[in-house]
Amino acid sequence: MARALVNVPAKVKRGDVVEIKVLISHPMETGFRPDPNGKFYPRDILKSFACTYDGEHVFSAELFPAVSANPFFSFTVVATQTGVLTFSWTDDKDQTQVQTAKIEVE
Amino acid sequence: MQQDHPSEGASRRAVLTGAASAALIAVSPAARATMSEMDEAIRAFTKGAPIKQGGVKVDIPILLESGNSVPAVVSVESPMTPADHVVKVALFNEKNPLPQIAIFTFGPKSGRAWVSTRIRLSDSQKVVAVAQMSDGGFRMGMIEVIVTLPACAEER
Repeated sequence: MARALVNVPAKVKRGDVVEIKVLISHPMETGFRPDPNGKFYPRDILKSFACTYDGEHVFSAELFPAVSANPFFSFTVVATQTGVLTFSWTDDKDQTQVQTAKIEVE
Repeated sequence: MQQDHPSEGASRRAVLTGAASAALIAVSPAARATMSEMDEAIRAFTKGAPIKQGGVKVDIPILLESGNSVPAVVSVESPMTPADHVVKVALFNEKNPLPQIAIFTFGPKSGRAWVSTRIRLSDSQKVVAVAQMSDGGFRMGMIEVIVTLPACAEER
């Protein structure tokens, strides 16, 4: 489905507010773009994105066609313990993809 | 070509500007979110609750070469404590085919009510961010941007 790049700082101090960056490779076809025959290319977008930290909700987004191709999100999380950040996103066909990243807290 | 009298030139100009504005009204495309559509989408998000101005900052470069991938940063003034935090931030636009852009939800571990993303804009227009606070109140901020090459340019 889609490849994603996740950027989490390698080592962080406890209590720091850490910036997480996610770039997902996806065309985000809006459904408003005509093909050469005058019909529209069918809509195919990621409709949701979520990030959890050891199972606890951090950030999520409901997406519309106005989000650019290859959606990029940058948001913050409070580093409380060494753990796993889980990123998941769902497309129009209800296929969900999951990627994880480790966060190491000193 | 015959020489214009000044008065004739002026009247011709008046006619031309009149025709141009009439053409603008006539061409205004149907497949776009109108101002009221954006208002309606905002009302659907707030469920009719009143919205306070201020405290929400939308950061987008004011002059954009392309509307296809526009960096947008939204930040809301909030201590982000369990008692007082931002629950959701929704982004709306005036002239895209759909008025919604994205709705972001923050958890107690977010730390800051801040998000950076990239959006599509089909025209020079207003972008509005509405934040839902934990006390049930709403706040908004907006920015007006100029797009020289719209995201939907390949459509026409």
